Amino acid sequence: MDKEAPPLLSVRGVSVRFGGVIALDDISFDVTKGQIAGLIGPNGAGKTTLFNCLSRLYQPSGGEILFEGASVLATPRHRIPDIGIGRTFQNVALFDKLTVLENVMVGRHSQTASSFVANALRLPSVVAEQRTARERAMELIEFMDISRFTHWPAGGLPFPIRKRVELARALAAKPKLLLLDEPAAGLNHDEVSTLETQIRRVRDVQGVTVLLVEHHMSLVMSVSDKVVTINFGRKIAEGTPEQVRRDPEVIRAYLGTAG
Amino acid sequence: MAALSKSWATKSGFGWMAIVFWALLAVLPLIGFIHEDPSFDYYMFMGQSMLIYGIAVLGLNLLIGFNGQISLGHSAFFAVGAYTTAILMNFAGIPYWATIPIAGLVCFGAGFLFGFPALKLEGHYLALATFTLAIAVPQLLKYKAIAGWTGGVGGVLLDKPDPPFDLPLSADQFLYYLCLIVAMAMFWIVFNLLRGRSGRAMMAIRDHAMAAGTMGIDTGLYKTLTFGISAAITGVAGALSAITVAYVAPDSFTLQLSVSFLVGLVIGGIASLPGCLVGGAFIVLVQNSSQSISDWMKVTFALRYDVPAWAIYGILLLVLMYFMPSGLMGGATALKEKLFGRSAKDDAASDSATVRSSHGD
Repeated sequence: MDKEAPPLLSVRGVSVRFGGVIALDDISFDVTKGQIAGLIGPNGAGKTTLFNCLSRLYQPSGGEILFEGASVLATPRHRIPDIGIGRTFQNVALFDKLTVLENVMVGRHSQTASSFVANALRLPSVVAEQRTARERAMELIEFMDISRFTHWPAGGLPFPIRKRVELARALAAKPKLLLLDEPAAGLNHDEVSTLETQIRRVRDVQGVTVLLVEHHMSLVMSVSDKVVTINFGRKIAEGTPEQVRRDPEVIRAYLGTAG
Repeated sequence: MAALSKSWATKSGFGWMAIVFWALLAVLPLIGFIHEDPSFDYYMFMGQSMLIYGIAVLGLNLLIGFNGQISLGHSAFFAVGAYTTAILMNFAGIPYWATIPIAGLVCFGAGFLFGFPALKLEGHYLALATFTLAIAVPQLLKYKAIAGWTGGVGGVLLDKPDPPFDLPLSADQFLYYLCLIVAMAMFWIVFNLLRGRSGRAMMAIRDHAMAAGTMGIDTGLYKTLTFGISAAITGVAGALSAITVAYVAPDSFTLQLSVSFLVGLVIGGIASLPGCLVGGAFIVLVQNSSQSISDWMKVTFALRYDVPAWAIYGILLLVLMYFMPSGLMGGATALKEKLFGRSAKDDAASDSATVRSSHGD
């Protein structure tokens, strides 16, 4: 890894309090462009809370988040896709009554700009924009290998398919950084190995940097270039999967201590 | 035409079915030339009312069915549209046809502004806030300080426009065509919105607002704009109502009108475009037929007292909702699937999807 390259994402001293509860306490780490970074920690460690800060669903009580050197916290929520951060959700947040194609096309929202008036009158520019959006969505649906569901409403699809739809939708916004919140949750063994291939392809083919929160240890350890571990809202380890796996603090957090 | 085989666009039956349907509506008034009937103009007036209610329900459907917000206050926008037209015709000498887009713009402004406080509210709370609109507006229209324009409790009488260009149509035939053309324009606009970027964003907000936000949709802006457009469409319906009835009065625009729109929306089918016209027709027909059924029952069963028409209306609604919980359009789809089989149609849809999508959008 090139030590000199400026980080794509820089989390600096981020803290989050919910009333008296400290959910995140002074968390700092960097993600370099082209990395697949894993964020692990026991249940309730604050991983999703950190994701929600990155996509501006929560406002940290302290600290700063820089993306390509600019403040994420100064960016309104609906501009987050514009600066290049996309995400998926732990419980899969699809638009259930829309088809798979329409879901992925909504992902193109930040890449398109046609106004209400232009849409209402169906101006030629809208038709052209729509065609591109549709083509790009079709490519991504194919990329995620869900073509046979293209015209199905997302609501009735099986969970593993829904997860892929969500990933395709996130990619439609052409993110530079993709936040995956527990992508392996609810998947069986075969589906997890497919997912691992897909995450690598997202990085290698689409050129997207990935930060994933995951409980599935073998997935995180095999797919990640770097792993950050947090426990009770504090960072307890950071390094390569091998380093983190051997870290006594991490072992203690996951296995508990004898006293 | 959109080739989304299983999306709402096809469910709404757009395509050649829609063209045939609108063409049929355009041919209807010509029956008056073949078939001499003294009450034909009355049927034309009923047709106007159905189209007008259909447009009003379309406005409400955009808000409720496609954006997931609720309004009990659309009678207020209907009233604002109607009074805008009445005042402009009476005091500014603006021709009736030119008042229609102005009424739409005025209602867009009113709806957009109301959309801001509505942003803070959802579900029952939004229903309650919009309810106040429906309650307040008729009272405001009676307010003495503006009675010079609004006519106060008595309302305003207007001149019924004559057909232009010496068209060989009766006034009611002509007004029917006016309503039809405006209705087609409104449905075209809404259809365009829904199959494009804006409509997808509206529906995304309906299905999952937080996820829509993370996709880069400015949910606040989209919700207020949708509220404005919805109000504008219903306001245009109000303007047409002022022109066709040639009279506006505050008590025509009570909460009951809002409830009628909701009934038309639910009966026609939430998030169904043809359902809006079905709902509009339902509002007019069922209110009339409840009275007829009541009269018929009194005679047939030799009853001493009238059967209350509104009770019959209520029973009709209950029966319909019991058998067709997703409205008449939903019921029609379910019936079709029952008769012709669901799986066969679904397979055909997914097989032909790729073929049809090659025709573009």
